[in-house]
Amino acid sequence: MKYVREFLIIMIFTLIGELLQKLLPIPIPASVYGLLLLFLALCTKVVKISDIEKVGDFMIAIMPMMFIAPAVKIMDIWGDIAGNLIPIIVVMVLSTIIVFAVAGWVTQWIERRRK
Amino acid sequence: MTVLYESSLFAIVLTLGAYEIGRVIQKKTKWTVANPLLIAIVLIVVVLKALQIDNAKYQENVSLISFFLTPATVCLAIPLYRQVQILKKSLVGILVGILAGTLASFASVYAICKLFSLTDTMTVSLLPKSITTAMGIVLSEQAGGFVALTAIVIVITGILGNMFGEIMAKIFHITDPVAKGVAYGTASHVVGTTKAAQLDELMGAVSSLSLVVAGIITAVIFCFV
Repeated sequence: MKYVREFLIIMIFTLIGELLQKLLPIPIPASVYGLLLLFLALCTKVVKISDIEKVGDFMIAIMPMMFIAPAVKIMDIWGDIAGNLIPIIVVMVLSTIIVFAVAGWVTQWIERRRK
Repeated sequence: MTVLYESSLFAIVLTLGAYEIGRVIQKKTKWTVANPLLIAIVLIVVVLKALQIDNAKYQENVSLISFFLTPATVCLAIPLYRQVQILKKSLVGILVGILAGTLASFASVYAICKLFSLTDTMTVSLLPKSITTAMGIVLSEQAGGFVALTAIVIVITGILGNMFGEIMAKIFHITDPVAKGVAYGTASHVVGTTKAAQLDELMGAVSSLSLVVAGIITAVIFCFV
């Protein structure tokens, strides 16, 4: 019943994340708290990677699936955004290019200086 | 059609099926524009309209899938842990690159929104566009944005990175695999990371590290805006 145990551990960290998000007055998503705590638990060997990796890797593999439903909500807000379609497209395209270039350049520059 | 209207299983099969159809189309045509996520979204909207199922009902029925967004994001701690071990040597370059990219994201989105004089609601909906859905929609919601707009913009940003990452890397002369991984993950989260992982294992590892760190940095910056 290894899978049940793996699933349980992941759900416990998710639950702790949700509780922290509800109790603490900082607007950080439950998933970020859960992620950081699980990462800390792994680093301190409180949780071993072999205790969670099968179910964990499965959940990450099917993650793109979970992006679909939130995006379908576009049906409802089409009317609100149709007038601003061009600016929204410009923001998406331009800023994606800028972020890609800046992140890549900075890392490449530092990596080359290190080598 | 009330059977389908009320059915969770129908909504789930529709969602998974639409994605699978998208994957088959992409495999057959090999067109980068035929992105499985994009095809799935269009197909689902068409089917829901045809069957007169409204979005609220669909969201309720499909909530079983949506529910796993948070635990799946928590699981990103796993690749993060694995990669921190492997990437210790390049960690400074990676972290500084992600920070620079995330700041560039905020600055560019904000500047373009101001340029077009978009409302504040629009602006906060667009700000988390480069990070993964589970984190981005929560940030947008807490800041009073349109969650639906944030969700679609995040997905399309991911698709853009996935489709045009290689072209962008070529144009900007980003050749180092670690630097490319940072670019993919910081600019286009999980969806871009899928592409990076297909190209090169190390690049995929750096990309998933980057998407997590970029998400966390964005969440922290959101606390101050």
